[in-house]
Amino acid sequence: MKPPFQNSEDAVLALGQRLEKTTRAPGLTLAGETLALDLCGGLWLGAHRTLIVSDLHLEKGSAFAARSGQFLPPYDTRETLACLHEMVVRLDPARVVALGDSFHDARGPERMEPGDRAMVAALQEGRDWVWISGNHDHAVTEGVGGRYAETLALGGLTLRHEPTADAPEGEVAGHLHPCGKVAMRGRAVRRRCFVTDGKRLIMPAFGAYAGGLNVRNPVFEPLFPAGFTAHLLGDGRVFAIGKAMLSKD
Amino acid sequence: MRAGRSALLVAPTGAGKTLAGFLPSLTALAEHPASAGRPASVKARGLHTLYISPLKALAVDIARNLEAPIAEMRLSIRVETRTGDTPSHKRTRQIARPPDILLTTPEQLALLIAHREAADLFAGLSCVVLDELHALVTSKRGDLLSLALARLHRLSPGLTAIGLSATVREPDELRRYLVPQQPAPPPSLVEGSGSGVAMADLVVVRGGAAPDLHMLDTGLTLPLAGHTAWQAMPAIYDLIGRHRTVLVFVNTRLQAEYTFQELWRINDANYPIALHHGSLDATQRRRVEAAMAAGQLRAIVCTATLDLGIDWGDVDLVVNIGAPKGASRIMQRIGRANHRMDEPSKAYLVPANRFEMLECQAALDAVEAAAQDTPDARLGAPDVLAQHVLGMACADAFDANLLYNEIVSAAPYATLSWEDFEAVVDYVATGGYALRAYERFAKILRGPDGLWRVRDARIAQQYRMNVGTIVESAKVKVRLARGVRGKPGAILPKGGRVLGEIEEDFADTLTPGDTFLFAGEVLRFEGLSEDEALATRAGPGTDPAIPSYAGAKFPISTFLAARVRALIADPFEWDRLPRQVSDYLLQQRTRSVLPGPTGLLVETFPRAGRYYLTAFPFEGRLAHQTLGMLLTRRLERERMRPLGFAANDYGIAIWLTRDVGERIGREPDFLEALFAEDMLGDDLEAWLDESAMMKRTFRQCAVIAGLIERRYPGQAKTGRQVTISTDLVYDVLRKHQPDHLLLKAARQDAATGLLDVKRLGMMLRRIQGRIIHKALDRVSPLSVSVMLEIGRERVYGEGADEILAEAEAQLLEEALG
Repeated sequence: MKPPFQNSEDAVLALGQRLEKTTRAPGLTLAGETLALDLCGGLWLGAHRTLIVSDLHLEKGSAFAARSGQFLPPYDTRETLACLHEMVVRLDPARVVALGDSFHDARGPERMEPGDRAMVAALQEGRDWVWISGNHDHAVTEGVGGRYAETLALGGLTLRHEPTADAPEGEVAGHLHPCGKVAMRGRAVRRRCFVTDGKRLIMPAFGAYAGGLNVRNPVFEPLFPAGFTAHLLGDGRVFAIGKAMLSKD
Repeated sequence: MRAGRSALLVAPTGAGKTLAGFLPSLTALAEHPASAGRPASVKARGLHTLYISPLKALAVDIARNLEAPIAEMRLSIRVETRTGDTPSHKRTRQIARPPDILLTTPEQLALLIAHREAADLFAGLSCVVLDELHALVTSKRGDLLSLALARLHRLSPGLTAIGLSATVREPDELRRYLVPQQPAPPPSLVEGSGSGVAMADLVVVRGGAAPDLHMLDTGLTLPLAGHTAWQAMPAIYDLIGRHRTVLVFVNTRLQAEYTFQELWRINDANYPIALHHGSLDATQRRRVEAAMAAGQLRAIVCTATLDLGIDWGDVDLVVNIGAPKGASRIMQRIGRANHRMDEPSKAYLVPANRFEMLECQAALDAVEAAAQDTPDARLGAPDVLAQHVLGMACADAFDANLLYNEIVSAAPYATLSWEDFEAVVDYVATGGYALRAYERFAKILRGPDGLWRVRDARIAQQYRMNVGTIVESAKVKVRLARGVRGKPGAILPKGGRVLGEIEEDFADTLTPGDTFLFAGEVLRFEGLSEDEALATRAGPGTDPAIPSYAGAKFPISTFLAARVRALIADPFEWDRLPRQVSDYLLQQRTRSVLPGPTGLLVETFPRAGRYYLTAFPFEGRLAHQTLGMLLTRRLERERMRPLGFAANDYGIAIWLTRDVGERIGREPDFLEALFAEDMLGDDLEAWLDESAMMKRTFRQCAVIAGLIERRYPGQAKTGRQVTISTDLVYDVLRKHQPDHLLLKAARQDAATGLLDVKRLGMMLRRIQGRIIHKALDRVSPLSVSVMLEIGRERVYGEGADEILAEAEAQLLEEALG
């Protein structure tokens, strides 16, 4: 049995460490661009002062209520936006790119609470805000500020929602909600993660209610034929873990 | 009972109390017979008696036992069962033309009272019989049943409720449970209590032959820890050879697997010995039960799955391996042997270590004194109430005031305040959130007439699909994979048979190559394929590497623990103990001190470059694990650098970098402060928030209260994608609305459930000013027992970053090497 205090820091302490650690976030290079993997699940391109987040799935809670009568706590949108706000305050990006599936469904923007809507507007103020189209919210992000795009080219990088099998080097995508699982000595840890092979990068889902797909799922294979490294979001920092050490579900 | 008064019938097992419970009904029905061959008159008579059993199989068994005397006496009485297996046409017919006597389970009853026809169906009900009531009332199923019973009392005001129970020490709680508690004052005057106390009559059947009960002494010296009882296997095998049918009870599935395998290893006579536990494939379990009923088996190794009521065959000996854990539990198990009241039940208790010898002796004493554990009075769970409120809206439009009065007439909810009730109604309607986001999707709506109605048929359907309080953890099938000939290590993905199911949580921790015990064999985990775990048979002589998987692990009862403490504290009692135990206690007295009957003994000593602190509260493993978590937090804050801890049913051991004994000696208040009751305040809250056990508890509440829909077999695969992780929901909810109903429900559960906080609190109060510290040069005999647990037990969900760091280091090694 491990002592408990190594992972259950007080919330404040955790946040402090998180801030400290993320300034030393692991960097990696993709198509000549330097990327910093943020512990909160965002991707920071310092040279372009651009912050990328993927799969926010805003209003997923209310989508469940509308569709199936399951009343999940309606706080997922504000929770997701609060995390985003924390990163925006810390990094002060000139541009924020939401890499698709920003809303859980097409009617998400309608259901958004006024307070949350105001939060989005506040985040957008003074910076370029790009909604990339996703499969959940294809061209529906109207009335929520910002501009829309199918893809975005940034230096050597191409940003799009769904990864494409034969994309040239430098593709940054989301859509798959990658999660990595490490099982060891009768313990298992499952966390959201970035996945990369040095040619492309797939982002973790950022939304508070967004689920995860194990990176050992076959859908990742054609995207990374020569294997990959997963960068798992731990409690205190990001951990780079090789494919061989990751378990299937 | 003839006079129509409700009663609790307490009788030892084998006294025929179940049939006694039916006698008034049979007499009444015989006196007013329906004319034979005229179904219309049967319909006119309506449902007369309802029987509720905790087990589906028990209801079916009782129906069989009732039909025989009815046929012999040529009575025109129709007896039917209603379970999850009853076909839908029969269910429909049972509503339209009910039998005289219907036998069913608490869950099916909940569905019946939520039926649109419920008022008609139960209007003429005369009698309800609740079997094994002592086993039901201690759980959420008991809460659900109490609410259904309150509804039955309202639909049929003259109803007689008969509770059947094994011997309990304090029957008053069960007596209250059976009858409506006094109507509460009007809502405006209610302040959380004040309902009156009404009780059913008490009928006690005494006597029965005293059980022929012994502790098995093999003459061998037992270890200080461990639960396998390997030394006793030849003796148990010998007992099997000398009896017709032996039930071998164990406490965990792991023990069941181990015992089964060991018995077969020495089974030279090839006795038919079978295995029965909750993870085995259902058809396999049914086969074992049938073979047992047919008298084809000599022994069955089983867990709590066979604790209750059914008379499978002719059992003439019960063997209980390991600690008895509770006096009532052991009585129940002993009662499985020889179901005749005039003959003694014969049983052996088999201790697996020296501490269990103490516990066995305490249990023998308790049985001889006919002393029983007292189940704690339950406070009705809010998540169960939420389920019930939705069900009542499905039955008919309800008036909130009337429903409130009905609910507080159920004993577990007698102290429910109007405000808490309103909060539950609000939860059912729109989720109970401070942010009123779901008003337009409300599940129940209040009409202009002030009555609440269910929104539509889909919501009612949802209710029916999610009824009940038993939340199974997600399971995956274990399939035997076939090897490929000539290719060692290669397996075919399909084709082998299914051995049973293991918890998804356990499967998650396995890596290919891990070996574990399952279905009586050592299996090698090969990998997961879709929703199945593939495994092959490990080579002969392989030791299972993964020590344990989740299963029933009850902590020692408070009552029995007190008896063990008293036994240790009083050397004049030791002559009744096996010599090796009294010698051991004597050594403890010489080298340290004996723990007293009420206080707390704390020992400190150095060992191999570390410092140890051990304590012996005797409050059970769950409470000790919680205590260990909280103590290590405190010691960390005091800069004592704790490194880890281990716990068993009797005590805990913490190891540290700094000399904790020296600190206690230097600062007189340190120890009292360390064990101060306020650790259950902020420290507990902070830890609970992160605890994996708390998340599991929350998930169960969320399912029962209908926040999350149940997963059904076969849905598991799509389940992952469609349903939402309750861990995510928990994190968001506790951040944004920490006082939400479901978080309150989860905390209430944690107090008595997996974390046993309530018991820990009682202990901390008890030991104030009574802590005895003994600074030692080396480990004491008592401390050895808990030190041996180090490395055996795990708590899930802690230290995630350590695991990740280790996996990361492997990548670095690859990169550098």
